[in-house]
Amino acid sequence: MDSIYNALCDIVGKEYCSNLPEEIYIYSYDLGTAEPKKPDYVVSPRTVEEIQKIVLLARDKNIPLVPLGGGLSLAGLAIPQKGGIVIDLKRMDSIIEVNERARYAVIECGVSQGQLISYLKKHHPNLTHSEPGAPPAATVAGNIIIHGQGDLAHPYGFSSDMVLGLEVVLPSGDIIRIGSCALGSGWFTIHPLPDIGLFLGWCRTTGIITKLSIKLFPAKKIRGTGTFVVEDEELIPEIIYKITHTQIPEDIIVYSRAIPPFAKGLHHITVNLAADSEKELEFKQELIWDDTLGEYIKNDLGGYLGFTKELERPQISKTSDYKKGGGFEYVGGIMPIDTYPQCYIRGREISEKHDIPYTVTARIIGLAHSMMFAWTYAFNRADEETIKKAREALYETDELVIELGGVIWKPGIYGQRLVMDRLHPGTKNLMKKIKTIIDPLGIMNPGNWELL
Amino acid sequence: MTLNDFQYSNIIHRCFRCGYCKFPVDWTDVNNCPPYARFRMESYSCGGRLWLTRAWLNEQINWSEYLAEILYSCTTCKNCEIKCPLRFNVDIVNMVVSARAEMVEAGKVPKAVKDFLQNIELYGNPYGASRTNRIAWTKGIEIDRYNGHEYLLYIGCAGSYDIRAQKSSKALAQILLKAGVSFGVLGDEETCDGNETHNLGEKGLFELLANKNIKTFNKMGVSKIITLSPHAFNAFKNYYPSYGGNFNVFHYTHILNSLLKTGRIKFSDSFHKKTVFHDPYFLGRWNGEYETPREILRVIPDIELMEMEKNRSGALCCGGGSGNFQMDLLGGSESSPARRRIREAYEMGAQIIAVSCPKCLIMLEDAIKAEGMDDKLSVMDISEIVAKACNI
Ligand SMILES: Cc1cc2nc3c(=O)[nH]c(=O)nc-3n(C[C@H](O)[C@H](O)[C@H](O)COP(=O)(O)OP(=O)(O)OC[C@H]3O[C@@H](n4cnc5c(N)ncnc54)[C@H](O)[C@@H]3O)c2cc1C
Repeated sequence: MDSIYNALCDIVGKEYCSNLPEEIYIYSYDLGTAEPKKPDYVVSPRTVEEIQKIVLLARDKNIPLVPLGGGLSLAGLAIPQKGGIVIDLKRMDSIIEVNERARYAVIECGVSQGQLISYLKKHHPNLTHSEPGAPPAATVAGNIIIHGQGDLAHPYGFSSDMVLGLEVVLPSGDIIRIGSCALGSGWFTIHPLPDIGLFLGWCRTTGIITKLSIKLFPAKKIRGTGTFVVEDEELIPEIIYKITHTQIPEDIIVYSRAIPPFAKGLHHITVNLAADSEKELEFKQELIWDDTLGEYIKNDLGGYLGFTKELERPQISKTSDYKKGGGFEYVGGIMPIDTYPQCYIRGREISEKHDIPYTVTARIIGLAHSMMFAWTYAFNRADEETIKKAREALYETDELVIELGGVIWKPGIYGQRLVMDRLHPGTKNLMKKIKTIIDPLGIMNPGNWELL
Repeated sequence: MTLNDFQYSNIIHRCFRCGYCKFPVDWTDVNNCPPYARFRMESYSCGGRLWLTRAWLNEQINWSEYLAEILYSCTTCKNCEIKCPLRFNVDIVNMVVSARAEMVEAGKVPKAVKDFLQNIELYGNPYGASRTNRIAWTKGIEIDRYNGHEYLLYIGCAGSYDIRAQKSSKALAQILLKAGVSFGVLGDEETCDGNETHNLGEKGLFELLANKNIKTFNKMGVSKIITLSPHAFNAFKNYYPSYGGNFNVFHYTHILNSLLKTGRIKFSDSFHKKTVFHDPYFLGRWNGEYETPREILRVIPDIELMEMEKNRSGALCCGGGSGNFQMDLLGGSESSPARRRIREAYEMGAQIIAVSCPKCLIMLEDAIKAEGMDDKLSVMDISEIVAKACNI
C-alpha cells in the first residue's frame, strides 16, 4: 500500500484524499492552454491543522505541494509541474468575521468571490469588496495572491493592496501571522510592522495562506455602468487621464473586440458609477459624460452609449464559447496607460497572425498609475491546432509585454522565464536567498520560478 | 464507443469548467450541485463530470467502477443548467444521461445501478419487492381499481413500497375520497413509470416500461392522470408523448390546489407550525412549477410559512434523484445533500419541512434521523399536511 496516501487519508479522511486516475486527471489540467501535469495525490483539507500536517508530511518526504483555490488563473499556475500533492483549499470556506465599522472581513482561504458577495449583500449591505471579473468560484485568496484586480481597482488598486492581515503555513510547517492579528488584536491593519511581502506575488512558492483579512468598501445603493466609445486608440490615454482626474468612478475598463463586426476597431470605455441617491448619481454622471467627455462628443470624436443601472455580474466565461470551442486564455500585462495604443495595435496583429478574432481589455488600476491590459485568445478545446495557435500567440504576447516596458501579470512558465531573465540581479539574488531560507527543499510548487 | 460517435460530441468540449454550476441562484456557497456538495472534489462537479466523460470517450482514461459512480452520482437536478452562462447549458443533463447510456451499452455500470435496474425489470420496482405488495399502502381504505374514473391515481414505486412514503400516498387518497374526486388506482397492475430508468441511461428498459404503461393506460381508457411523484409526472408529461402516450397529467398538488380553490376540501384544524417548503426539482427546475405547492401551504390555517434561503430554482436537491433515493451514492456523510438541507431548515427555525415528492420525503426523513433531530424537526408531505388540516 502507498504509505503517503495512507498518511494523507489519516490527516484529511479517506473521502477527501485521492490518488485515483479520475482525480489525477481532473487536477492535472487547468482551463487554459498549459500542458497538463499529473499530481500524485489530491487532498481537500478542512482545517489549518490539517494543512499543517500535510505540509509536515510533504517536508519529511520531500514531496511537492501545490495549493489550489478556484483553479481559474488560466495560466496553469496550479498545475503540479513536478507532481506531488495538490491541496484543494475550497473546503476552507468560513467567513470568520466582518467588522462593519472598521470595514474589513476575515475569511478562510477557500471562500469564493460569489460566497463573499452574497454574504455581504445579506448581512452587511453597506459593504462590498473589490470583485474581479473572474467566475464567482474563484477564491478571494487566489485573486489576492496573484495580485488580481477587481471592480474597485480604480480608486483602491490591486486586490493585494487591500490585504490587512494574513495567516500562513510555511513550508517548514510553522504557522505565522502578519499584521495587527500577529499581536492578537483585530485584523484591521497590515502596517506598521516590518514589511513582509513574502506571500503575495510569490506565486505560492513561499507558503500556504490559510486566513486573510481584506478591506471592505462602502457599497452605494445605486451602481451602474455607462459606456463611451471612440475610434482613435491614440485618444485613450488622454481620456483615461481626464476621467481619473475626477476621482469619481469605481471601475474603468476599456475594451475592443473583433466580434461583433460592427464594433471591430472601436474602443469602448465603460465607467462604473455608484451613488446613494439619484441626485448624487446625476452629479457624477454630469461630471463624467458632460464636463469631462463632452468635448469629444462635440468634436465628433466619441459617442456616449448610455447608462445602465444595476451591475450585472460579469460573465467573462462566455468568451470561452465564442467559437463554440470551450477555451480561452489571456496574457495580462501591468502596463503604463500610455502604452494603450501600442498594446492594442500589436495585440491585434498577433491575433490576426494566428487567425483568432482579437479581444483586448484594459482595467485601470489605482487612478491610472497602471492598467492591467489583457490580450485574450480563444481556442477550441477539441482542436489541438487551435490550442497550439493560442499558445503561440500567448508566448508572443508575453514577449510583447516585456518589449513595451510592462510587467507580465501572473505569468505562466514561459512568461516566468522571460521575467527572470531580465530581473535586476540584486533583486534576483535576494529572492533566491529568501527562498532558500523559507523553503530549503523547494517543496512549494516546484517548476515555477525555477531560476530562483 | 468513441468520442466521435457520442451524441453530444460537438458540444461536450465546450464546458470551460468555470464553476458557475456549483452555486445556487444567489451565490451563497458552492454546494448546490449535490455530488459536489457531498464529495467536494472537482471530479464530482458538473464540469469535472463532463471533462471526465470526454476523457473516457477519448480513451484518455479507462472506465472504472469509480468513474461510473461519479457519473451516476449526478441527480440530474439541473442546478447546473440554471447557472451555466454558456449557450449549450440546456444540454448539460442530456450529456450526462447520454454518457450513462454509453456505459449501459458497454455493460459497465456500478453495481448499485445494475441492481436498481434489474429489480425494475424483474419486479417493476427498484426495491425488488413483490408486485402483489404494490397495493399494500391502501390497507384500511377503500379505493377503487381504475375503471373509467375521471382520474387514474398513479402512485409509483416509492409511494407504493416505502413505509414512510406510503403514508403520503394514503393521505392523498383519503383527501381525494373526501373531496369526492372520481379516481381509481391500478393496484398490482401498476408498474414503474421509468423516469429514473430513463435518466440512468437505460433507454431499452425505459422504452419497455413506457410502452407497457401506455398500453395499460390506453386499454383502460385513461385520459387524466394524477401522480404522487413529480418524477412520474415528468415521465408521463415529457417522455411518454414521444412513445405515443398523450395523457392529461397532473401532479397531485395541482389537483389539491384546485379542490381548495373550488371549496371541495375545507380545513377544520389548525396547523400552527413554522414550515418551509423544499422544492422538488422535477416540479421546479424541470417543469417550471414553483408556486402551486406554495399556494396550498399558504392557505393552511395558522401555518407560519417561511422560505428557505435556497428556494425555487435555487433549491438544493435532496440527493435522491436518478435512483439515489435507493442507490444512495450520495449518502453516508454529514455533507450529504439531504443532511445539508435539514440543517439549513433547522438553522432558520423551521419545525416542518414540507415536501411534494415521495423521494424527497424518504431522503429528508432519513437525514433527520442521521442528524439526530427527530425531536426538533419533521418532514411532511403536503398531502399529509392538508389531510391533517382537514382532520382526516
Ligand atoms: C473568465 C475569467 C475572468 C477573469 N477575470 C479576472 C479579473 O477581472 N481580475 C483578475 O484579477 N483576475 C481575473 N481572472 C483570473 C483569475 O481567475 C482570478 O485572478 C482568480 O481570482 C484566481 O483565483 P483562484 O481561486 O481561481 O486561484 P487559483 O488559480 O486556484 O490560484 C492562483 C494561484 O495561487 C495559488 N494559491 C491559491 N490559493 C492559495 C493559498 N491559499 N495559498 C497559497 N497559494 C495559493 C495557486 O497555487 C495558484 O498558483 C479571470 C479568470 C477567468 C477564467
